[in-house]
Amino acid sequence: MIYQLPAIVLLLTLLAAPICSMIRNGDIAWKLAVIAAWLSVAASMALMHQVWGGNEISYHMGGWPPPWGIEVRIDELSALVLILVTLFGSLVITVLRESLRTAMRSHRHSLYYTTFLLCMASLIGITITGDAFNVFVFLEISSLSTYALIARGRDRRALTAAFRYLIMGTIGATFILIAIGFMYMVTGTLNMADLAVRLPEHADNRVVQASFAFFIVGIALKIAIFPLHYWLPNAYTYAPKATTAFLAATATKVSLYVMIRFIFDVYGVEFSFKQMHIDALLLPLSVAGIFIASLIAVFQSDVKRLLAWSSVAQLGYMSLGIAMVNVAGLTATVTHMFNHAMIKAGLFLCLAAMIYRLNSSHIKDLAGIGRSMPLTTGAFAVLGAGLVGIPLTAGFVSKWYLINAALENGWVILAVMLIISSLMAVAYIGKIIDVAYFKPAPAQHKDVKEVATSILIPCWIFALLTIYFGIDTRLTAGVAGRVAETLLGVGL
Amino acid sequence: MTSLSPALLFIIAGCLLPLIPASTRRYVALLVPVIGIALLLLTPHGSYGQVSIFGLELTTYRLDKLAFVWALIFHIAAFIGALYAFHLKDTVQQVAALLYQGAAIGAVLAGDMITLFVWWELTAIASVFLIWARRTERAYRVGMRYLMIQIGSGVILLTGVLMHLHDTGSIAFDNLGLTSVATLLIFISFGIKCAFPFLHNWLQDSYPEATVTGTVILSAFTTKLAVYALARGYAGTEILIWIGAAMTAFPIFFAVIENDLRRVLAYSLNNQLGFMVVGVGIGTEMALNGTAAHAFSHILYKALLFMAMGAVLYRVKTIKASELGGLYKSMPWTTFFCIIGSLSISAFPLFSGFISKSMILTAVAVEHHTVVWLILLMASAGVMDHSGIKIPFFAFFAHDSGKRCEEAPLNMLWAMGIAAFLCIAIGVYPDALYAIMPYPVDYAPYTTAHVITQLQLLMFSALAFTVLFLTGLYPPEIKSVNLDTDWLYRKAAVKIIAPVSTAVASTQAMLFTGLATLTQRSLSKIDQLVGPQAWLTRSVDSTGMVGLITATLLVFLMFYLW
Repeated sequence: MIYQLPAIVLLLTLLAAPICSMIRNGDIAWKLAVIAAWLSVAASMALMHQVWGGNEISYHMGGWPPPWGIEVRIDELSALVLILVTLFGSLVITVLRESLRTAMRSHRHSLYYTTFLLCMASLIGITITGDAFNVFVFLEISSLSTYALIARGRDRRALTAAFRYLIMGTIGATFILIAIGFMYMVTGTLNMADLAVRLPEHADNRVVQASFAFFIVGIALKIAIFPLHYWLPNAYTYAPKATTAFLAATATKVSLYVMIRFIFDVYGVEFSFKQMHIDALLLPLSVAGIFIASLIAVFQSDVKRLLAWSSVAQLGYMSLGIAMVNVAGLTATVTHMFNHAMIKAGLFLCLAAMIYRLNSSHIKDLAGIGRSMPLTTGAFAVLGAGLVGIPLTAGFVSKWYLINAALENGWVILAVMLIISSLMAVAYIGKIIDVAYFKPAPAQHKDVKEVATSILIPCWIFALLTIYFGIDTRLTAGVAGRVAETLLGVGL
Repeated sequence: MTSLSPALLFIIAGCLLPLIPASTRRYVALLVPVIGIALLLLTPHGSYGQVSIFGLELTTYRLDKLAFVWALIFHIAAFIGALYAFHLKDTVQQVAALLYQGAAIGAVLAGDMITLFVWWELTAIASVFLIWARRTERAYRVGMRYLMIQIGSGVILLTGVLMHLHDTGSIAFDNLGLTSVATLLIFISFGIKCAFPFLHNWLQDSYPEATVTGTVILSAFTTKLAVYALARGYAGTEILIWIGAAMTAFPIFFAVIENDLRRVLAYSLNNQLGFMVVGVGIGTEMALNGTAAHAFSHILYKALLFMAMGAVLYRVKTIKASELGGLYKSMPWTTFFCIIGSLSISAFPLFSGFISKSMILTAVAVEHHTVVWLILLMASAGVMDHSGIKIPFFAFFAHDSGKRCEEAPLNMLWAMGIAAFLCIAIGVYPDALYAIMPYPVDYAPYTTAHVITQLQLLMFSALAFTVLFLTGLYPPEIKSVNLDTDWLYRKAAVKIIAPVSTAVASTQAMLFTGLATLTQRSLSKIDQLVGPQAWLTRSVDSTGMVGLITATLLVFLMFYLW
């Protein structure tokens, strides 16, 4: 049973999805989905327990040994991402029933849960597989299910947003497929560990270099690294309320994981940084992305869109960590990947609760909500503090490592810029907090009431986790530090 | 149990306060400082609460003699503040006050600079609510400015601490000295909170705009925390002597011409801080004792004065000198307490200011800083003039404004009474205060020479005030509110260098209008660029996005293959 865990963690959600689609009753389907999701959380935790301290699990699907069969590989990094996907996904799916009640006719609910589970399963698949082609297949599944999720938004513009995302996602996936195809052409293998062994001898091959370019552009599109981020704000804005929380937490982060995996493990540090100088490309793009997206966020009037732009900026922090090419920087990337997923999911969930009552996410309509919905707004404020990076919240931990990484490279100017960019986060979060607590509520929202407890509890779980991971950093920064040392080949 | 930091007690109480019934909240606010003092007294000096975060060893609770003085007076100030605000039913202010006081105490008890930074920022965030709680548009804007500056100070501190960590590998909060860029940054951050000249404007800007009770609480903590930080990190740094001397001298002129009496007190607060900063700059044992003692007695009489003015504002609804006068008939007790505060701040013998300020003056004299000594002497005369006489005179006596009101609420009177009692007690029996000083005290305040010098000084400055007032030369209570830095260009200098000053003023005006227009234009430009309808933000259609991707790919391929 323990031995089969790597397969079980994927199969739980993957098998629950088709079963859900066959159940007509939305309530039963929801219960099934929730059980499957939370069981997969337990499985991820167990896997983390197994690899804790730097162990690795290699599982052979169907008993076929690699490089011929499909291999599932789990180390601390993939276990951390697994926890991220399953835990935050499960928290969102728990509130999904309440959130869907007004949004959709009930006989459609079970299909929505199916799509959601499929999306989760594919993200888990990407995380654990040790096979490059599998990465592509699961990326496609996740993209397809995400289009369906976004398109269910009530706003008609959700359809355009989903369509644009479809075009972008397909191009991104195609680029990645081309990259994998090139690699297969040169080496004749698809197993990632095997690729890592064989690629160095072809480092001067133009085909391998072209594959690297295709891969980086394709995955950067998926992560929404500036300037390839244009699909993200619309997709987040028009997706159904709670779904945005799930997408913001997981989809881009898993793509980031794929990028780390390929840059450091498959292509190797030597090739990616010494020969291809990926850091020289990522650094200016990340910094530009952080500043431009933060600035845009400051001037937004729709809170959902504001948070979406802030996501683009925060993703800039993560790619910046990679571009630093030192242990502290990579630690910051991995830590921020987890922390930001948690914080942004929580913020979108709180916002979903507010929209549920106000039917609007315009900043003017949020006036005075601190008094009418104190608990939701309280959680929002705590999570907002986390996003800004106030000490004793999770956001502070990642920024701390990032600034340290900049100082370690002697880039004092960059460290100062990072601090300035945090002040911009103060501006856009402060704008919301100010309206929520210090402006009188407009007449039509006078009798707004607090949302149901079933939504409040997950909101506060996110908020409390944000504080918890700001104090106890063993799971986040601890793991990230070990992972960074292994990936950069320092600790060996 | 005894190593529980009182700061945590305040924070926990502050967080739980909204959950308990409204009627009991004010009792809790009163009880917390009392328990805090008990914890403080029961804890033997030493280091507690070692935590390891990100591979750094933090000492979250360090109690030694220097920290003890500040922690003790902060507790007393917290108690008096809570009593003064006892009539209030504003949860926001109650919570903010507890968090703010807790943060200030935590910062004083911090054993390393990371812990210091955390509390440092919390004081900024918690205290701004005491300003916002006035709930006017003006208070909101002032609070925003205040918050920006305070957070800025924290950010500079963090940058400095990080650089210091990289330079030396240590985050210990001990004597740093101005030796590197890192310590300079930390110094500037302390200086902002301490309201160094040219960094001081936030103080006069914000304190008079806070609520009646908020100002009393604000006046006790932020700046004195900064003095503590300077005493801890930069004792004996020469430049502080001159900074401090400048701080004692320049606010006098502003205080004399100011009409808002709470703003007068804010200026005089700045002047009093100057004395402490000089003490830190001298850095001898006696000077540091003087600084600690002065901080202790200063918190008490400054709070007393702010409480008296707050009571006037509370009853009369205005605090403009030009609209007050003759209030002693309606508020006899407040008048009485205010006069005690005035006597203390002017350093009359037998009042608290005397036994602490003279210590700093003596320390300056012992080190032969004659110029500084003279500046401080002049500043002492100035204090007498604007805080000792102007405040009670214009508020309670002068020409009768005809305003009649009730005496201040009972809880306010009690709070003022306790503060007044302590002012006198310290003045009469200074040994009690000297016993808790960081270094052994070998100093007798009541020598004939001290007393005579001080009395001469005070009498002559009182005489000067009387003569000036009777001959109509004393700046009258002017109704205008905006007497600020530009007053110097426009009024004082006009007679001497009229043409130059006009030129300066007009250039300045042009510059400011120019800047304002520029800011306005660039803001609208930015809004055009990145606002909701702007081209950078606008949704790009699919064709555009595909074009963008292709271009990016081409750039990448060219980068690699050529």
